[in-house]
Amino acid sequence: MNSRHPFVRPRAPRAAFGAIFRNEARLAWRQPAGAIGAVGISLLILVIFGELPVFQQPSSRLDGLSPFQIYIPILISFSIGLLALVYLPGPLVSYREQGILRRLSVTPVPASWVLAAQLAVQACLMLVAVLIIMVTSIAFFGQHAPWNPGGFLLALVLSIAASFAIGLCVAAVAPTSSAARGISIAVFYPLVFFSGLYYPMQLMPGVMLDISHFTPLGAAVQAIVYPMFGEFPPATPLLVLAAYALAFGFLAKRSFRWE
Amino acid sequence: MTTHQASRDDQSGLREAGEAGLAAGISAVEVTHLRKSYGSVVAVHDVSFSVADGEIFGILGPNGAGKTTTVECVTGLREPDAGTIRLLGLDPRADRNELHERVGVQLQDSAFPAKLRVGEILDMYRTFYRNPADRAELVEALGLAGKRRAYYRSLSGGQQQRLSVALALIGGPRVAVLDEMTAGLDPQGRRDVWQLIEQLRDRGTTIVLVTHSMEEAERLCDRVALIDGGHIVALDTPAGLAARARDGKTVRFVPSGPFDEGVLTRLAEVAGVERDGRHVVVTGTGELVNAVVLALHAAGIDARDVRLDAASLEDAYVRLTAEHESPRGGQP
Repeated sequence: MNSRHPFVRPRAPRAAFGAIFRNEARLAWRQPAGAIGAVGISLLILVIFGELPVFQQPSSRLDGLSPFQIYIPILISFSIGLLALVYLPGPLVSYREQGILRRLSVTPVPASWVLAAQLAVQACLMLVAVLIIMVTSIAFFGQHAPWNPGGFLLALVLSIAASFAIGLCVAAVAPTSSAARGISIAVFYPLVFFSGLYYPMQLMPGVMLDISHFTPLGAAVQAIVYPMFGEFPPATPLLVLAAYALAFGFLAKRSFRWE
Repeated sequence: MTTHQASRDDQSGLREAGEAGLAAGISAVEVTHLRKSYGSVVAVHDVSFSVADGEIFGILGPNGAGKTTTVECVTGLREPDAGTIRLLGLDPRADRNELHERVGVQLQDSAFPAKLRVGEILDMYRTFYRNPADRAELVEALGLAGKRRAYYRSLSGGQQQRLSVALALIGGPRVAVLDEMTAGLDPQGRRDVWQLIEQLRDRGTTIVLVTHSMEEAERLCDRVALIDGGHIVALDTPAGLAARARDGKTVRFVPSGPFDEGVLTRLAEVAGVERDGRHVVVTGTGELVNAVVLALHAAGIDARDVRLDAASLEDAYVRLTAEHESPRGGQP
């Protein structure tokens, strides 16, 4: 046995990633603003709308869906966007500010593992949020599981990827954690508007609707609504989401500073 | 043998040579003509030193002398503009994984997430290494045993500092690079850390210590490099540096009555006599105390509160950095 094989680069033990992930999960549990925002706000809106009888009426102006139904994809994209755009960049930049990433870079573990662990924890929170929204709407408000589960899953994955890429880009360009929070809010609320949270897309005038289809959260709502109530999502929102994920992912990777 | 195989053998041969070199007592740290500038500001001009395996090596110098930049280059955080650095035969940037496995680092101003507990941070760092140190022993030696369940943000500055030292050592490093490891510690805390460092040295760990504390350097370091203005201005044992600071000795005493200074200045051992309030300060060489006391006794004067001052590392530090500073004059 040759333990000195020159082509095997020594790597940090794999257990290290598990340990980093556990600590990131503990931090998310102990500083639950993100989780409460993403799950709590969505659930609250869902339950309020669910209790309003007028929201249960299918409408021809909403493609035959009820207002309650069109809000399910909107709330899912809201939860994903809130976690990725508002609750990811701030803490990440503060890790850089406080020298936590720098300290890690003098261990055998790459600092990028912390980033990966944070993304993994956020992704888990997103899935929990989606699960709670779906289970609540099915169990208490007579909804159906997504008609096209494969398409639904693909839409979720692409929505999460696009949101993460934008959130990481904010973390890359923000010089301080307070700047990151400012940029996050400035980016998040217009995107939420175009996702239809305040004014459903189906009722938007033509130009706004066109814009909406090319925003990340708008495209996410589009991509999710189809498999939820019908068939596999159309190509446009999927491609828009993939383009956001690639373009912003590339930008984030290019401009990310570890210290 | 094909060329391909030959190059493989060369690479593994190199590593073996590195290990063998260490066994033969060749340097654990080797820095040659290190140079680093930030824009137009040259932080480190030309620094070379080597640290023997098992040695405690101190880096002293005023703020802004280039100490931390040197440490950052040595630990691979910064890329030098020129010069070579080897730790245990490894390049800090090209061999970063292997290097950090064996080299523990304590940085100034490193922080950890506020809402993690001390034990959680230690356990996480422990998983980063293949042969970590004994956690309980380290925690005990650094007085953190009662703080394992405390959140990082609830620690005092001194406790945070001790944790930072613990994390530098938790990987069971062959070489530890510690940047102001006792900054912010109370006297007891400093003594605890010094004792731990001495224990590590006894087990063969090589230690590079950046410090402002002369007491620390005098107690711990086998050799000290004094850095100023990006250059090494002196490199010697603490005692050797101190001896350079002042030729000879100083005797201070309070005379029992007025006396003629000529009694002392005519002595061969005495170089100078000065008054400092009630005290008389005599500088000179040889058996200075005896000569002074006998001459005063012959003149009917008693010398009280006699104190002999030997030159200290601090004298050397002040004098050597001042010498270096003066030609540049205009600096604030």
